Amino acid sequence: MNKAVNVRDIIKKNIKSKKNKTEKIMPNIFLLSASISILTTIGILVTLIIDSYKFFAEVPVKEIFSINLAPLSKNPSFGILPLINGTIITSLIAMCVAVPVGLTAAMYLSEFASEKSRKTLKPIMEVLAGIPTIVYGFFAYSFVTPLLMRLIPSLEAKNALSPGIVMGIMIIPLVASLSEDAMSSVPNSMREGALALGSTKLEVTLKVVVPAAISGIIASFVLAISRAIGETMIVTIASGSSKTLTFDITQSMQTMTAYIVEFTSGDAGIGTGYYSLYAVGLILFLFTLLMNLIAQYISHKYREEY
Amino acid sequence: MLTNGGSSQNGVVYDVKGLNLWYGNDQALKDINLKIEENEVTAIIGPSGCGKSTFIKTLNRMVDNIPIVRTSGKIFYHGVNIFDKTVKLEELRTTVGMVFQKPNPFPKSIFENVVYGPKIHGIRNKKQLMEIAEESLKSAALWDEVKDRLHDNAYGLSGGQQQRLCIARSLAIQPDVLLMDEPTSALDPIATNRIEELIDELKNNYTIAIVTHSMQQAARISDKTAFFLMGELIEFSDTKKIFTTPEDKRTEDYITGRFG
Repeated sequence: MNKAVNVRDIIKKNIKSKKNKTEKIMPNIFLLSASISILTTIGILVTLIIDSYKFFAEVPVKEIFSINLAPLSKNPSFGILPLINGTIITSLIAMCVAVPVGLTAAMYLSEFASEKSRKTLKPIMEVLAGIPTIVYGFFAYSFVTPLLMRLIPSLEAKNALSPGIVMGIMIIPLVASLSEDAMSSVPNSMREGALALGSTKLEVTLKVVVPAAISGIIASFVLAISRAIGETMIVTIASGSSKTLTFDITQSMQTMTAYIVEFTSGDAGIGTGYYSLYAVGLILFLFTLLMNLIAQYISHKYREEY
Repeated sequence: MLTNGGSSQNGVVYDVKGLNLWYGNDQALKDINLKIEENEVTAIIGPSGCGKSTFIKTLNRMVDNIPIVRTSGKIFYHGVNIFDKTVKLEELRTTVGMVFQKPNPFPKSIFENVVYGPKIHGIRNKKQLMEIAEESLKSAALWDEVKDRLHDNAYGLSGGQQQRLCIARSLAIQPDVLLMDEPTSALDPIATNRIEELIDELKNNYTIAIVTHSMQQAARISDKTAFFLMGELIEFSDTKKIFTTPEDKRTEDYITGRFG
């Protein structure tokens, strides 16, 4: 049989020249790339542990878990509770903003918006996530704080409320986008089933789609918390550096991240104060690690099977 | 308004008059005229793409969910035109239940699936809900298989059981009509057989319209058969007549397997 191009012959010729070496080397290069991030994580963790060990060796546990934080005084004290408190409170304020707004935005985008407006709105919203956090910090300090002062005259120039709110605004796209993904992946057949039973669109959304997507939604919340805990610039700029333990959100509070910024930009010197950075860093690392583990656990455990 | 009696003609549940439907510019249904009568099983057959699914989804206006759909003509349901602006879609759909091609239980427990309808329509009483669940599951011939695991996830059931659960879910809001869109196409022969037996029982209390791909199924379970081809209703009469002495050549060609 005569064919225009003898494909069989060409294949026969070329199949031998395919290099076995490349086949073996390339996967190793891929593996190396994959290892880089893992090795970096391990490296960071080792550094944190070694240097914080020096800190923990010098400072008694009782002092670490006290409310007295005065690293620069003549009698330095390294109570970490004010920092943990500052971190938790600012993150909680952020979640109070991000969860309701992000979730309802996701419901709108996934269930109510037309295809066209979803395709326009979602990318715009995601741009919000791309703004550098220093800009958000500046926005919190020079715009939101003065605005809030009109409502709450007793508000201090540096306070926990304003950066908390702005952090919340910053993570709205994260919550909205991940929740929207979870809700959009709920099969349409379920919406149809509910509509055919006489449900309104709102009922379909709240009673069928959201419960079916709940694992993805909760995972987005947890990732948002971990993002808020790790956020640095906004709180450094707008929340100040008060080291007193307080639950009053109109006052200045320092977060763990802001503490690290303050001391790496010059004040720490060498000695216990310096090593305290690593201890705080380690605790921060454990916090976010815990959050990510919770997120993973939830998305596995509450994954609705359909 | 959408209940039995009143201005409705006796025995006629649906009276479709001059129904046309377009997806964008493609006409999917052309001048359909047909009556669906009370406590009968009406089968709708035809090759893929003939408009049979579209037609059945028009009866509870599920086609409204597709933005590009336009319709003209009238569908009287117990004497009321369902395209009328005063008709509340949610209300229509509570009296006209629907079972879909693929079983689509909610990712909730068996119990929660059945009582979903009653719950959103305002029944809160636990005891009442339990009674509804039992009754509906019994009517759907599923009770004996699931009574000991009502609170397990519905997705642990087999495909056939899931489909009967979906039927139970529809029955729980006590509809007049059940629309079934190829309800056995995703099921094995044994599960199919059970659903067919169930349909035979259900027709004593409900009016049923069923779209089916299988002519044998239509012949087995239906009283009336409508044959659709390329958006047109070619022939509609007693099932027996359609399968023995069809009037139209195209119907005969289809049921004898010459195309489709």
